[in-house]
Amino acid sequence: MRISKGIFVQITLAISLFLLIFILFNNLYVNLINKQIGFTFNWLLRPAGFALSESSLNYSPSNSYAWALFVGWINSLKIILSSLIFSTLLGIIVGLFSKSKNKLLRKFSSIYVGLIRQIPLLVQLMFWYFVVFLGFNNSNNDHYSHFFSVSNKGINILNLNLTTEFSALLFGLSVFTGAYIAEVIRGGINSVPSGQWEAFKSVGLSEIQGVFYIIIPQSLPAIIPGLTSQYLNLAKNSTLAIAVGYADIYAISDTVINQTGRAIEGFLILLLSFLFLNLIITYAMEFLNRFVIANQNRRIR
Amino acid sequence: MKRLFNSIITLALLTLSGCATTTPRNESRLDIISRRNSLVCGISGKIPGFSFLDSNGQYSGLDVDICKAFAAAFIGDSSKVEYRPLTAAERFTALRTGEIDVLSRNTTFNLSRDSIGGNGLSFGPVVFHDGQGVMVSKKSGINSLYDLASKSICVGSGTTTEQNINDALESLSIPYTPIKYQDLNQVVSGYRQGRCQAMTSDRSQLAAARSSFPDSTDHVILDETLSKEPLSPASVGGDQKLSDAVRWVIYALISAEEKGITKDNIKMKLQLAKDNPQLKPLRRFLGVEGDLGKKIGLSNDFVFKVISSTGNYGEIYNKNLGSNSNVPIPRGLNKLYKKGGIQISPPFN
Repeated sequence: MRISKGIFVQITLAISLFLLIFILFNNLYVNLINKQIGFTFNWLLRPAGFALSESSLNYSPSNSYAWALFVGWINSLKIILSSLIFSTLLGIIVGLFSKSKNKLLRKFSSIYVGLIRQIPLLVQLMFWYFVVFLGFNNSNNDHYSHFFSVSNKGINILNLNLTTEFSALLFGLSVFTGAYIAEVIRGGINSVPSGQWEAFKSVGLSEIQGVFYIIIPQSLPAIIPGLTSQYLNLAKNSTLAIAVGYADIYAISDTVINQTGRAIEGFLILLLSFLFLNLIITYAMEFLNRFVIANQNRRIR
Repeated sequence: MKRLFNSIITLALLTLSGCATTTPRNESRLDIISRRNSLVCGISGKIPGFSFLDSNGQYSGLDVDICKAFAAAFIGDSSKVEYRPLTAAERFTALRTGEIDVLSRNTTFNLSRDSIGGNGLSFGPVVFHDGQGVMVSKKSGINSLYDLASKSICVGSGTTTEQNINDALESLSIPYTPIKYQDLNQVVSGYRQGRCQAMTSDRSQLAAARSSFPDSTDHVILDETLSKEPLSPASVGGDQKLSDAVRWVIYALISAEEKGITKDNIKMKLQLAKDNPQLKPLRRFLGVEGDLGKKIGLSNDFVFKVISSTGNYGEIYNKNLGSNSNVPIPRGLNKLYKKGGIQISPPFN
C-alpha cells in the first residue's frame, strides 16, 4: 500500500511537471503566432552574409546560418579544451606550491590565488587583451621570430599562429580557472591523512616521488568532483569571449539573432549547444571518477 | 502529503493565471504610457551627440531630445522620461517584450526590421540620415576601399554595419578580416590599440569617436560611403495608435522648422494664430482649431508642448551636432528640402 502511494505521488508530480512545461511552451508558441512572429527554424538554411575573424573549418559569408553557428561551436570547443589543459597544469603546479617546504613558493601560491579570485573575470580578460596583447609591439624582426614570437597580431609558434583574441582569452581563462583549480588540488591533498606523508618518508621515498606515487593518487577522489565543476564554469565563462572579439558560439549567435530577429530560436540553439558541451564534460569526468575509484579499490584489495 | 498536493494545485493555478495575463490585449501602448505618467525610452548612452552622459550626469544628445519630445507630446512633460541604455543586440528584444515603450537609439530603418517576417517593428520618420564610412589613420597609407585588402577591420557585432562592410568588400572581391566587438567603445579601443588598420561604423559615430582622440587630426574618414543609414525611432509593430503618434511628433519637429517656429517664438506664434482666424494652416498646426492632435490620440496642443520644451528639428540638431557643439557633423542631407537637404514633413491637414 505504502509503495503504491509513493508511485502515485511520483506519477502525479511527473504529469504535472510535463503539463507545466507543455502549457508554458504552448503559451509561448501561441503568443508568438498571435504576434505574427511564429516559431520556425527555416532561417537556419539562409546564407549568413557575415564574415568571421577565425574559423577552423571552411567558412565564407555565403554559407548558411547553421554552418556559421557550427563553426562558432567548434571555436568555443577549441578555446574551452585548450584553456582546460593549461588551467589544469597551472592549477596542479600552484596547488603543489602551496604544500611546498619553500616559503617563497608558498607565498607565491597564496598571493596568486588571492589576487586572481578577487578580480572579476571580465576585467581580467580586458586586461589581457587591451593592455597585455595589444600593448605588444608590432615588430616581428627579432631573430627568435622563426620559432616563437609575440606581437599585437597574436602568438606564433613554428607554424602555429594564434590570433590576439584567442591568445588573450586563453591566458585570461587559464589564469583565472587555474587559481580555482589550485584550491581544489590543495583541498584534495589536505584530505590525505598526514600519516601518509610520514609513511612515505619512512620508506625512503623523496618528496617528489612521495607526492606523485602516494599522495596524489589518494587525493584524486576528493579532487575530481571539484575539478568537474571548475571545468563546467570554464566552459560557461568562455562566452565572455565576445568582450575581446573572439568569434565563439555566443558572439556568432548574437549576430545571427540580430540579423534574423529570431531571438527565441537563437537562444534555444545556444542553450542546447551549451547543454551538449557541458554534458560531454560531465560524462568524461564521471568516467574518470569511476576509473579512479575502481583503480583504488583494486589497489586496496 | 497534503502539503504536496496543495503545492501542486498552487502551481497549476499559477500556470493558469499566467495564461490569462499573456493573452494579447487590445490596449495601445500609448494609453499605458499616459496612465503610467512616464515614458520608458531605449537609448544607447555611449554616442556623444546622440545619447551620452553629460558632466551633470544627465543624458543629452539628439536621440535623447527625441525622447523628450515624445514625453512632452504623450504626457505633457518632457522630463518624465526613464532612459534605458541598451546594446545593439538587446534593443529589439527590449522593445518587443515591452521593457521599453519607444526606441530612440540611432537605429537603421530597413526592410527586415520593419516587416512582420523580420523584427516586426514600426519605424517613425528618419531623424538623422547617416551613411557608413571607414576611418583609417593618415599614416597607414590607405586611401580607398581597395587599399583595405587583407587588412583587419574593427566592427561592432549585431549591427547592419557588419553586413554592409561584408557586402561592399565581397562585391569588390577584397579579402579582409573582421574583428567584431559587442560594444562601440571596444571597437574604438581595438582600433586605437592597433589591432585593426581601419574601423567602420556610421560616419556620425566615427566623427563622434574621433572627437575624443588626442590626435584627432591624424585620422581620416574615407570618401566612400558604404550604405544608406537612415536612423529612426521605432515602436513595436501592430500598435497603430502609438506608431502614428511617434510619426507625427517627429513631423511636428520638422514642420515647425519649415514654418520658422522656434522654442523662443512659439508663444508669439500661438498668440498670432489665436488673433488671426485667416491663418488656417498655423491654427490647425498649433491646435487652435480642428482636431489634428485628437485624431492621433494626443492632446490638441501637442505641437505647442513639444516645441516649447525641445525646440524644432533644426534647433535640436544645432544644439547637439551643430558647428558649436562638441560633436560637429555637417548637416548635409539632414537640411530641410528647401535648403538642399531631404528632410520634409507631410502636411498637417
